[in-house]
Amino acid sequence: MIESLISFWASLPIALTTVIVILLKIVAIILPLILAVAYTTYAERKVIGYMQIRMGPNRVGPKGWLQPIADVVKLMFKEVIIPEKSSRFVFLFAPIMVLAPALVAWSVIPFADGMVLADVNAGLLFVLAITSLDVFGVILAGWASNSKYAMLSAMRVGAQVVSYEIAMGFALVGVLMASNSLNLSDIVNAQAGGIDNWFIWPLFGLFLVYFISGVAETNRAPFDVAEGESEIVAGFHVEYAGMAFALFFLAEYASMILISALTSLMFLGGWLSPFEGTFLVNIPAIGALFDSGIHWFLIKIMIFLFFYLWFRATFPRYRYDQIMRLGWKILIPVTIVWLFGEMVAIGLGWTPWA
Amino acid sequence: MPEIRNFTLNFGPAHPAAHGVLRLILEMDGEVIQRADPHIGLLHRGTEKLAESKIYSQSIGYMDRLDYVSMMCNEHGYILAIEKMLGIQAPIRAQYIRTMFDEVTRILNHLLWIGAHALDVGAMTMFLYAFREREDLMDVYEAVSGARLHASYYRVGGVYRDLPDEMPKYEQNRWNNAADVKRLNGDREGSLLDFLESFTQRFPNYVDEYETLLTDNRIWKQRLVDIGVVSPERAKQLGFTGAMLRGSGVEWDLRKKQPYAAYDRVKFDIPIGTNGDSYDRYLVRIEEMRQSNQIIKQCIDWLRKNPGDVSLDDHKVTMPKRDSVKGDMESLIHHFKLVTEGFCLPEGEAYAAIEHPKGEFGCYIVSDGANKPFRLKIRAPGFAHVSAMDEMTKGHMLADVVTIIGTQDIVFGEVDR
Repeated sequence: MIESLISFWASLPIALTTVIVILLKIVAIILPLILAVAYTTYAERKVIGYMQIRMGPNRVGPKGWLQPIADVVKLMFKEVIIPEKSSRFVFLFAPIMVLAPALVAWSVIPFADGMVLADVNAGLLFVLAITSLDVFGVILAGWASNSKYAMLSAMRVGAQVVSYEIAMGFALVGVLMASNSLNLSDIVNAQAGGIDNWFIWPLFGLFLVYFISGVAETNRAPFDVAEGESEIVAGFHVEYAGMAFALFFLAEYASMILISALTSLMFLGGWLSPFEGTFLVNIPAIGALFDSGIHWFLIKIMIFLFFYLWFRATFPRYRYDQIMRLGWKILIPVTIVWLFGEMVAIGLGWTPWA
Repeated sequence: MPEIRNFTLNFGPAHPAAHGVLRLILEMDGEVIQRADPHIGLLHRGTEKLAESKIYSQSIGYMDRLDYVSMMCNEHGYILAIEKMLGIQAPIRAQYIRTMFDEVTRILNHLLWIGAHALDVGAMTMFLYAFREREDLMDVYEAVSGARLHASYYRVGGVYRDLPDEMPKYEQNRWNNAADVKRLNGDREGSLLDFLESFTQRFPNYVDEYETLLTDNRIWKQRLVDIGVVSPERAKQLGFTGAMLRGSGVEWDLRKKQPYAAYDRVKFDIPIGTNGDSYDRYLVRIEEMRQSNQIIKQCIDWLRKNPGDVSLDDHKVTMPKRDSVKGDMESLIHHFKLVTEGFCLPEGEAYAAIEHPKGEFGCYIVSDGANKPFRLKIRAPGFAHVSAMDEMTKGHMLADVVTIIGTQDIVFGEVDR
């Protein structure tokens, strides 16, 4: 039986098998990702719940574990209401336009050594380019809804994302200079050799700027003016219902996870273990746990996701003009100064870039 | 070239930050407000008119529903006007109880205000913290009056009953096991005063917690400082009262200037601001919570030492004791007369005002000598504040409108009446 399957597989044309393998890999990334999104929403409600001295969801399934499933089912069965005076096609196209880049960017993310869908040598550029596309969907959604709240939100998002993209790009230039590569696997491998080799130490300022910009890019608190509930109700997705709304939701959380993943790849050594090269790795049986691997990558992502939730529970919301001021007058100058310092350090051949 | 025009944005009445049913028509130039036009009346229930067809004591319950987050204070204003007309004064113990519950109410109101205000500005955790403390004070309300919100506890000539000697307790159920119940009932073993005292002991720490979250928070300050500035002169002209006036630096508090109840017997300070912006008003209200806490403590001490009547012995206006109604003919007649016909006020008019958590709450009663008011006019502090919406928001951004709604601390029950 198995032998016949293998021979059948071998008899297929090579072009077909490659396509099938790639599709399987995509499914292997997207499915866990969507599951992760679902359970990030659950974690968010639980974590923020406990921060706010309440329980969070605890009714559906044991300890509320089935809550995200129930939410999905509810959203799927809800009617997608299309406002009469909206631009129908754009209105329905926008959520797809938001979700697609948030998923596509995952194609170049290495989960562990060699565990990557497309090992492009300009992965960093690819990620930057793709994530910038996100904003188009949001602006389209805001425009197509034909609602003033949505329109205001779309304008806010446009300005905010474009300005933070710059700070983010500059922060990435620092990583690029330190690692001498645009390939994400190479960037991680450049940080190999123990926790003190991670880029977070020499590039600490850039790390902060990158993560703050990342929070702003994903429109999360305290930069959530785009959907600031108390100001413009729900912002660009105020007119969306059912699955169309769920796509925005999915995209937002997928972007959050993506930003967390990128931050850990570029500054915290991705899948590298903090105990790399210590005696702990050599302990029999449990040594593998301390060694580098995908589990470290996931742990780091979770840490950053926790920060996202923590911010949301703690901070008031910035005003729209204050966000712009923070971006242009604080974050961008910080990155420029840091890059200059890094340039000098590289020019003089100082460690850790020598 | 097309003509560039301002656009109008309909803010509310179903907006998350509309604090009930505020509807604002905002004329905006991009994000900047050019004109704000508040529309009110969506919660109009005709309280003043309803009162004209009811005997005086039956309107007490309506007063609770005016500003539904500072219930007993509303009752106090109404009761005070009637007592003024009748020329009577409640017994001293009742005065202290009223003072204590006015301050409990002030804390209740300010807790809701800080929660809602912070939520408007985006700090949602504050809301739930504030509600944790509100829960305890609601229990106090419940213990004394049987209702958590609309207490109807104050009566002409006193209060409905003396403070109870025991607090209601939690019972074991599916969600609370024996250990939980023991912990939840920890403070509830003694009388209401014991429960309230333990609250006053932990409350300053809670206020400190709020302040660590907000007071020095950079974002909070950026959002509040210099937003909605009102000069002292302008604040007076606009008819501001309460924290809105004190935030502008005017030292005016009816509890000090025209003391009623037992306010001339307790020690407290009134905080005032300097710049008249939202941040000052925030600080004023935070300090008011601390001062209220002090007043409650003093009242508890006094009430413990001085038992006595909580209602006048004049049964032409106050209800006779329940057990005497069962045995004494005269009491039965009094009871019957009071619940059916009520009492009559002498012909004339009177205005009585109290320092409500939101400002000056006053009742103006005109009586033609009947058992119902000829006209009842309620002066609601929130009304004057909403009227200043346009002036306060002009030139600010959309997000600041929300801050200003929060800082005005408006509740539509009293604005629309």
